[in-house]
Amino acid sequence: MVNGKRTLIIIPALNESGSIADVVGEVRGELPGVDVLVVDDGSTDRTAAVAAAAGARVAKLPYNLGVGGAMRLGYRYARDHDYDVAIQIDADGQHDPRYVPKLVDLLDDNDLVIGARFAGEGDYTVRGPRRWAMVMLSAVLSRVAHTKLTDTTSGFRAANRRVIEMFATWYPAEYLGDTVETLVHTARRGYRIRQVPVAMRKRMAGTPSHSPARAMIYLGRAFAVLTLALIRR
Amino acid sequence: MKLTLVTGLTGLLLLGTIVELLRRRQLREKYGMLWLAVLVVVIPLSLFPRLLDNVAELLGVASGVSLVLFLGIVFLLLVCVHLSWEVSALEEETRTLAEDFALLRAQIDADRAARDELVSNDG
Repeated sequence: MVNGKRTLIIIPALNESGSIADVVGEVRGELPGVDVLVVDDGSTDRTAAVAAAAGARVAKLPYNLGVGGAMRLGYRYARDHDYDVAIQIDADGQHDPRYVPKLVDLLDDNDLVIGARFAGEGDYTVRGPRRWAMVMLSAVLSRVAHTKLTDTTSGFRAANRRVIEMFATWYPAEYLGDTVETLVHTARRGYRIRQVPVAMRKRMAGTPSHSPARAMIYLGRAFAVLTLALIRR
Repeated sequence: MKLTLVTGLTGLLLLGTIVELLRRRQLREKYGMLWLAVLVVVIPLSLFPRLLDNVAELLGVASGVSLVLFLGIVFLLLVCVHLSWEVSALEEETRTLAEDFALLRAQIDADRAARDELVSNDG
C-alpha cells in the first residue's frame, strides 16, 4: 500500500544478479507493504533465484524478449492481481525508491507519471548525439502529450488502473518502443501524462556505453522509432 | 532447343520437389498451393519462352523474357514481405506464450510457497 493504493513495483531484469538483491531489498525497506515483481527477461545467471531470496515475486521468461516484453508481462501480472498502481523501476539501482510516493500522489490527477532526470534534481548530464536525440524526443513528445517532458526514455514510471489495463494488452517489444512509442500511444488515447523531477544515482553494477559511433546510431534509431510511432495508428 | 530443355527440366524438378514436400506434410497447404500455382505458370513459359511476347509489346517491354524476369522479381519481393509479416505474427504469438508460461510458473511458485507455509505452521 502506498497512500491507500495497492501498489506493485515491476523490475525488469536481465543478468542483474550483482545488483538485484540490493535493489529489491532497498525497495522493500523504503516501501513496506508494496509487492515487488522481478521480471527475469531470460537471464542466464542467477537473477531469478537471487531476487526470490531477497523477497521479490519472480516471473521468469523462458527466453529474452527485451524490456518491452518484460514490461507487458509485468502489467499483465498487475492487471490479473488487481493492483491500483504499477511502478516500473530499473534493476541497476539508478532509481531511488524514495520518490515512489511522490509519483503515486500525482496519479490522482494523471494516468501516467514519469520520473525524469535533468528536470532540476540531481546532476545527470549527456553530450553529443545522445543529447540531440534526447532534445528531439522531448520536443516532439512534449507537443504530442501537451505537457513538458524532458526525459522521455526514463524507465521510472507509475501507471494507474486505466494505463495498466492498456499496457497489459498493448506494449511494444521493439527497441525504444517501451519508452518512446508507449508515450505517443498513451498520449494519443487521451491519457494524462506528467513528469516529476527525480535525482538519479550511479548504477550499482554495469556501465553505460559512451562510444560516439554508438551515440550516432542511437540518434538514428530514436528518430526512426519516433517517426514510426507518429505515423502508426 | 538446348535452353528449352534446361529451363523445362528445372521447372519439372521444382514441381516434383514441391509435390514431394506436400506429400510428406513438410509444407503447409497454403504455401504449397502458392508454389504449385506459380509453377503452373512457369513451366509452359520455360518450354515456350516467347509466349508472352505479345503482352510484352502491349506494355512497351522489348521482349517477353524481360517481362517474365521483371514479374518474377516483383513476385519474389512480395513473397519476402509476406514471410516477414508471417514471422512478425509468429513472434507475437510466441511472446504471448512465453508470458503465459512465466505467469503460470510464478503462480505455481506462489502456491507452493503458501502450501509450505501452511504445512510448517501445522507441524
